[in-house]
Amino acid sequence: MDAKRREVLKTGGGVLALAAAGIIRPGEALAQEWNKAAFETKSVAETVKALGGSGSTPSSAIEITAPDIAENGAVVPVAVESRLPKTQAIAILIEKNPNTLSAEFDIPSGTDPFVSTRVKMGETSNVYALVIADGKYFHAVKEIKVTIGGCGG
Amino acid sequence: MAGDKVDVKVLMAHEMETGLRKDAKGNLVPPHFIRNVTVTHGGKTVLSAQWGTSVSRNPFLHFRFKGGKAGEKVTITWMDNKGEKRTDEAVIAVPA
Amino acid sequence: MRIERVLAGLLAVILPCAAPAQQDTQKGIERYRQLLAEGNPADLWEARGEQLWKTPRGPKNVSLEQCDLGLGPGVVKGAAARLPRYFPDTDRVQDIESRLATCMVTLQGFKPEEALRNPFSAPGRHSDMEALASFVAAESKGMKLDVPIRHPKEIEAFRIGEQLFYRRAGPYDFACVSCHGENGKRIRLQELPRLTDPGDAQKIFTSWPAYRVSQGTVRTMQHRLYDCYWQMRHPQMDYTSEASIALMVYMAKYANGGTINAPGLKR
Repeated sequence: MDAKRREVLKTGGGVLALAAAGIIRPGEALAQEWNKAAFETKSVAETVKALGGSGSTPSSAIEITAPDIAENGAVVPVAVESRLPKTQAIAILIEKNPNTLSAEFDIPSGTDPFVSTRVKMGETSNVYALVIADGKYFHAVKEIKVTIGGCGG
Repeated sequence: MAGDKVDVKVLMAHEMETGLRKDAKGNLVPPHFIRNVTVTHGGKTVLSAQWGTSVSRNPFLHFRFKGGKAGEKVTITWMDNKGEKRTDEAVIAVPA
Repeated sequence: MRIERVLAGLLAVILPCAAPAQQDTQKGIERYRQLLAEGNPADLWEARGEQLWKTPRGPKNVSLEQCDLGLGPGVVKGAAARLPRYFPDTDRVQDIESRLATCMVTLQGFKPEEALRNPFSAPGRHSDMEALASFVAAESKGMKLDVPIRHPKEIEAFRIGEQLFYRRAGPYDFACVSCHGENGKRIRLQELPRLTDPGDAQKIFTSWPAYRVSQGTVRTMQHRLYDCYWQMRHPQMDYTSEASIALMVYMAKYANGGTINAPGLKR
């Protein structure tokens, strides 16, 4: 590890990994599960079904931290925190995107029911945080406006 | 790091092509995106994720787990739709 | 350091605006930038740039570690805070990228056209210059911009830059001043800094290079000028041209004293 990365990690108080350009090993025989059907759904209801639910209940115990307006739809920060006990999974759904499901996270015990990432939004849309807790399905929703910017400075 | 909770922040270099973008010649650029992310600590999976094409280019991920101590290693692995795979290790740091 | 970097990453440009709706939108965009501040993908470019700096390359198979960016061979810390500047060995005023190109030629044995070949990343084609510029700029983070305008050639560059800044041309009859000459202006939702006002200039000029989310890569001031000239429909601004560096010296006069906060994060 080079000096700069060492320096960053020392003062971070956590872990900051830069999975930067470098060695890419060709895929091994490791079969990674990927729910193809879920990533091809065109609506929130379809996505919930593809993820094994028959519907979902709105819950105020799910908090979405995201801006009201995104300067650029290519990178929209979305964080989801669930206070529902026995949270097993968190998924981010973007209603107006060509495919609704953006990302799905499995939360093992010992891991906080919290994820933060950045998603692409094609246009202003409702963003759903779907949480599977104790085998039941819950959601929260927030509208994020996507703007057209100017010249990009 | 509060108590023995570890804050994990990862930046990944990846094009995350949706397959919907056209190049300068007007041809569709094929999809090329990370599908799976797995993070382990002490042999245990602390997060696993499945992603689609609408995760942003050069993805950022932040989450927290309990039970890690300074000096221990966290391993992050991603695999994309072309079968390309990358694994990185990072060491849990002492709080500043 | 991580927390300081996050705070420094806040792009706090709040311009006087008449309509309250615009102010709400402006606040909304501030929050968007705030939420993006942690985990700037530019960190990846910085790391790659450091690697490129230290890797022996070129016909002479030498690294860039003896490159003189103005503070002596191999001194990277603080160098970007004093660029562009005059260099006696090339008898020119040079910025980060033109100076890196000089070192690639003299130290590593590359031909000049090889060193300048791939200035701007495109999908599937990463630019080494963008990575190197990210690394060099990051080594001045937190320092005050202190571009010298004392040597006769530095003063000449300033004067040329001033002429260019105000020179209206092209089918739109635009000059830099058309967009960047007044406070409180915007194009759609992109606020436009007044580059002759230190209040704006000190925050904006010092935020380059920056990871531009719309471009999916780090862009430098060279690219910003190239892009501006394209947007004005002026003739192409050539990479590391005398004109590009002259404009940087002109802008630096108003930006000097500002705290370097690069690589930044922008739309």
